[in-house]
Amino acid sequence: MTTLDATTPTENSKYAVEVRGVHKSYGPLEVLKGVDLVVRPGEVTVIIGPSGSGKSTLLRSLNHLEKVDQGTVRVDGDLVGYRRRGNKLHELSNKDILKQRSQIGFVFQNFNLFPHLTVLENVLEAPVSAQKRKRADVEPEALALLERVGLKDKAHDYPRRLSGGQQQRVAIARALALRPKVILFDEPTSALDPELVGEVLEVIRGLAREGATLVIVTHEVGFAKEIADTVVFMDAGQVVERGTPSELLDNPQEPRTKAFLAHVL
Amino acid sequence: MTQLDARPAAAEPTVDDEDLIVAKKWHPWRWIVSVVVLVLVAQFVHGLATNPGWDWTTFAQYFTAASVMSALWLTIQLTFWGTLIGFAIGIGLAVARLSNNPVLQVISWFYIWAFRSIPLIVQLLFWFNIAYLYQTLTLGIPFGPAFFEFNVNNVISGSTAAIIGLALHQAAYSAEIVRAGIISVDQGQLEAAAALGIPKRREFFKIVLPQAMRGILPNAANEVISLFKGTSIVSVMAIAELFYQVQVIYGRNGRVVPLLMVATVWYIILTSVLSVVQFYVERHYAKGAVRTIPLTPIQKIRKRVAEITAPPRGGATR
Repeated sequence: MTTLDATTPTENSKYAVEVRGVHKSYGPLEVLKGVDLVVRPGEVTVIIGPSGSGKSTLLRSLNHLEKVDQGTVRVDGDLVGYRRRGNKLHELSNKDILKQRSQIGFVFQNFNLFPHLTVLENVLEAPVSAQKRKRADVEPEALALLERVGLKDKAHDYPRRLSGGQQQRVAIARALALRPKVILFDEPTSALDPELVGEVLEVIRGLAREGATLVIVTHEVGFAKEIADTVVFMDAGQVVERGTPSELLDNPQEPRTKAFLAHVL
Repeated sequence: MTQLDARPAAAEPTVDDEDLIVAKKWHPWRWIVSVVVLVLVAQFVHGLATNPGWDWTTFAQYFTAASVMSALWLTIQLTFWGTLIGFAIGIGLAVARLSNNPVLQVISWFYIWAFRSIPLIVQLLFWFNIAYLYQTLTLGIPFGPAFFEFNVNNVISGSTAAIIGLALHQAAYSAEIVRAGIISVDQGQLEAAAALGIPKRREFFKIVLPQAMRGILPNAANEVISLFKGTSIVSVMAIAELFYQVQVIYGRNGRVVPLLMVATVWYIILTSVLSVVQFYVERHYAKGAVRTIPLTPIQKIRKRVAEITAPPRGGATR
């Protein structure tokens, strides 16, 4: 256990991400049962856990792709998806939600690149249309990002012509182009052939080294061990245990964590 | 040569494996079937040319006659406006049907249900007789005072009634075609657009619609072509479009077959033009959806010729 979990919610949070008491149900099925999570700026948090533990739902609630039923999510101190008036939370207008999302990077398991746009257009789209920046200003930046993920020569290709690993690297460049406060990764290597996993992890590793704030849902326990500042283990809609990689992965305290790790390692 | 080869090795010239030439494959049945079909086609063409019943002189006389040309122009206009207005309303209906607003959903469903239920010809006659139901059109506050008043018979002429009828009919069908295209777009695309914060309108026009177009286009082209020929129904309203015009002419001179051929050939020519347009528009929207975009017919012919004339090595084998 670390000292990260402060117990009182703060309006001006010193955390990059702060989740308090989040509940979420799909009909009768409760997938999140009161989750707390904090991420400091520049910290890499890896969420692991069995399928159906709610880790992807939690990640998607961080940028309001999933609406939570109860509890609060803050990114960089701002409530996500809601505005507080008195003791009530009012959902933001669509426009304001989109504005918030454009400050949070999200990388999908299935890349979800826009297939009818070239690689460069994929990266340019959101900065231009969501952040209203000038295309001419963003383009050099976008090309630099593509260079950084090693795909500058593919800038004018269509995504279908790229391998899965290359597509995911483009998706990361697309998320970075927003200059996000935090980047969320939803199982970024699960859809990849084993030999392509390494190139994507290498890019994420580079981001971690440069001090980006990352929240990563993954099955790659080995990668978690190497890159994470904090590892969070979730099961059945709850955070079971959290700690540094050496604490949680090498010396788990909870029986459920032990059972999961015995299964995947 | 391997041990498995039963023939004596001595008869074979001594050529290294890498110098062997791939022989061109011979397709005798392809040739036989082609000859049979070509004979049948020749017979048909011969009949067209020699049977006096076709009366090609009359055909030639009327094919580009001024009255036929202006009727053709009206047919094109009816098709154009019917398509344009029909699809504009259709996109609106499709979006309404897919929206989260239950009132819009129901209204869209109801519209499609109603206009698919009423035969086009019945609907056109209703529009033609609209002045019987509503003598004046007023522009003003609903249930309140009116600012402008129009006489319906002055505003809605025969061809306007035809365009309204065709467009409203077309809207119901195009709504379903557009909706099918939209729901065929992967949900992940919407999530990605949402996660990137792309504004809703932009998401629809830049992300969803271009991808939906691939599914929409073949069906939409079908609709445009059937609307183009469907304009002949408008002849019941005594509007001088192509079919009505040739009926008028053969009513006068009695030469039914050559004048029907005049209309037929024009319908064929314009449908062919639409098909060519369809091919190139579809090719445009194939960008990114397929690894290599399909060849144009000209490119295909060039490739074929190159294959036939190329030396056997290096040429594609089939």
